[in-house]
Amino acid sequence: MDEEKYLLEMDNIVKTFPGVKALKGVNLKVKHGEIHALMGENGAGKSTLMKCLAGIHPPTSGTIIYDGKKQGQYTTAQALQMGISMIHQELSPILHRSIMENIWLGREPRNKFGLIDHQKMYVDSIEVLKEIDINEDPKTHMVELTVAKMQMIEIAKAISYDSKLIIMDEPTSALTEKEIKQLFGIMRRLKAQGKSIIYISHKLDEIYEVTDRVTVYRDGEYIGAEDTKDLPEDKMIKMMVGREVSELFPKTPCSIGDLMLEVENLSHRKFFKDVSFNVRKGEILGIAGLVGSGRTEVIESIFGIKQKLSGTVKIEGKEVDIKTPEDAISNHLAILTEDRRMSGIFPMLSVRLNMAIANIPKYLNGVGLIRNRELIRECNEYVKKIQVKTPSLMQKVENLSGGNQQKVLVARWLMTNPDILFLDEPTRGIDVGTKSEIHRLISQLAGEGKSIVMVSSELPEVMGMSDRIMVMHEGRVTAIVDNSEDLTQEELMSYATGTVAADV
Amino acid sequence: MIIGLSIAQPAFLSSHNIFNVLTQSAIFGIMALGLTFVIISKGIDLSVGSVLAFSGVIASSLGQSAEATSKYFPNLPIMPVLVPILAALIVGALCGGLSGFLIAKTRIPAFIATLGMMTVARGMALIYTDGKPVSTLIPSFTAIGGKVFGVIPIPVIIYFVMIIISTILLSNTRFGKNVYAIGGNINAAEVSGVNVKRNLIMIYAYSGLLAGLAAVVFAGRVGSVHPGAATGYELTAIASTTIGGTSHSGGIGTIWGAFVGALVLAVLRNGLTLLGVDAYWQQVVEGVIIVVAVIIDMRKNAKKD
Ligand SMILES: Nc1ncnc2c1ncn2[C@@H]1O[C@H](COP(=O)(O)OP(=O)(O)OP(=O)(O)O)[C@@H](O)[C@H]1O
Ligand SMILES: [Mg+2]
Repeated sequence: MDEEKYLLEMDNIVKTFPGVKALKGVNLKVKHGEIHALMGENGAGKSTLMKCLAGIHPPTSGTIIYDGKKQGQYTTAQALQMGISMIHQELSPILHRSIMENIWLGREPRNKFGLIDHQKMYVDSIEVLKEIDINEDPKTHMVELTVAKMQMIEIAKAISYDSKLIIMDEPTSALTEKEIKQLFGIMRRLKAQGKSIIYISHKLDEIYEVTDRVTVYRDGEYIGAEDTKDLPEDKMIKMMVGREVSELFPKTPCSIGDLMLEVENLSHRKFFKDVSFNVRKGEILGIAGLVGSGRTEVIESIFGIKQKLSGTVKIEGKEVDIKTPEDAISNHLAILTEDRRMSGIFPMLSVRLNMAIANIPKYLNGVGLIRNRELIRECNEYVKKIQVKTPSLMQKVENLSGGNQQKVLVARWLMTNPDILFLDEPTRGIDVGTKSEIHRLISQLAGEGKSIVMVSSELPEVMGMSDRIMVMHEGRVTAIVDNSEDLTQEELMSYATGTVAADV
Repeated sequence: MIIGLSIAQPAFLSSHNIFNVLTQSAIFGIMALGLTFVIISKGIDLSVGSVLAFSGVIASSLGQSAEATSKYFPNLPIMPVLVPILAALIVGALCGGLSGFLIAKTRIPAFIATLGMMTVARGMALIYTDGKPVSTLIPSFTAIGGKVFGVIPIPVIIYFVMIIISTILLSNTRFGKNVYAIGGNINAAEVSGVNVKRNLIMIYAYSGLLAGLAAVVFAGRVGSVHPGAATGYELTAIASTTIGGTSHSGGIGTIWGAFVGALVLAVLRNGLTLLGVDAYWQQVVEGVIIVVAVIIDMRKNAKKD
């Protein structure tokens, strides 16, 4: 075989964690100048394999041949020197430091006295940010950015190493269409420069749009590799899941009942103004819009996470005053927040407590003690229902794969059996099979007469699931339209970008 | 370590000495139970030693016998011992609750809030007593330092009861789960409907309450409380909790661990004394052991993951 053809050959990689064999001897070959997709269900081992490659944790066994040389054990710092950089699935920016300090962390430019050269850092940062079309002052602190912006900064950082191989572990899960297009532009440019990219995503359309070759894994095993263009969608899904997945958006039509939630002239000091909409029993309202359009802030204000400035919220015709999430939960509201790490999971706590935390009062007996048996039974039920891949309920959530962490959160809120469920990017990072399972659950809840408000950046998801769609642009509602066969993505995008406004 | 000590010094294993060790660990052990809640919630409580002294002098002043020379309330009839006990618990809980309130409302770091409380409570104890010890307690008060059936020390019984209550509180109630949630991710806790402010106040109030209880045990054993009493006890209690595996990064820890940690420290002190180690050197050894114990514990946990 032509040695020079491959930049990277990983052979028979095994990785074990206590109680879990995450990789059972898998392969991966990546050519020069290739965009290579890794596909597989949640917990298949994609991130684990990439962490082995980036030197984060050494493989238990197996060989890595990179740049024609067999590599021994190496650290992350050495990996970077070898020209391997990685964008992680879980963002870990240093929140209270500036963009530029985050980008140049650990390799800050020095002046001749050995002190940090802030001026050069600033100028270089502007350069780097320009490459990815981001218009932020490098001195802005990370906390002030949206998740999507943070993700773009992370991408900028990985590129700035000028690596030969860039690993992107679900970079688009926090991005919207516009930024995804930007990212694909960057990826194509890097490819033209002869650089290789390993790309992980659960979004099939992205895989077809941008990658050259796909390697599929299932349950820690290597299933196969194909050129993307030779691999039809159904075959790829079958390789991943091991069976056919019937329907992607199993939305069952259900009878829509009385008004459940009415929001009138809701305004926030900073994020949105005069937002009015309503949701009926059994209805799914989708909210679309670009990053920063205020979608997330609207539902977080209704839930008491953010403080609204004015406006009223009525539930079943009665005005309610929700100041805190606690109030919201006692009014039978539930929310799956956008940012899994910041406001979702408790990383070092057990799967069990992570699932049960919003629902503890339900399990208390007469003297205020928790009925553990019942709690465990119900957790197990949900673990089965939405296929959370975990060795036990006592596993720390941080040891689950990203998609499985998301499933734990979905379970947390479904367990509260809410009347009104707010979902902010509910299937972020979830594999195709489970995605359709979660969609089925959402649909089923609507069928039971619950009201659902779903924010999603994936237009197909919004259009596949919603009865009505509300579109926001820069803090204002630009359209509320009935979902129908003739509604197009283009039409929604035109509302989202503010070029057209429908009558509201 | 216990085995090593019992070989080197057989007196160590006598039932008398075992109870002795437990009694010695009871006071800072009780405080370590409260600190476990605090530290799991990613906080710290530096005030427990001073709160012990403050609630101790107040309780003692209400439980002095008639012949006490410096009686605080000369006209007060002798009251049932329950009154000083309740006084200690209330004062302790109030001090702790106030720290908790400050932390919850103003979001100042727990370190600062409780450092302030530590200094204020010590000052209050000194003002209240004018710097003099409160002594000559009624017999029913000093009986708390005694034994039932002449064998089992009452401080040990109180300690064990509190261990059980704290364990149940931490693992089987909503409050306990909230403590883990707050320490695990305070934002996520808030979103999940945990009333973070109220729970923070409760956490520190519980820590203060236990400091008040420790004051009762202290007064019962010693027979008097000096306003300068229990200086530095907070650090011993924090060390016990930490040796027991409670993580200062929040979300991790058990009551059982705090008990074991307190026992390790008490055994160490007792053992070193029995072995005749010089008191100054004891401090050096103790310091080294605390650090080593925590390193070992963290290594063990890192392997498990
Ligand atoms: N540090 C760890 N300790 C224990 N188990 C782990 C650890 N990291 C990963 N695992 C386990 O290894 C398996 C593979 O996880 P990995 O994160 O590689 O999946 P993935 O393919 O990236 O999934 P996703 O699409 O959800 O991101 C999972 O079962 C996970 O629970
Ligand atoms: Mg992953």
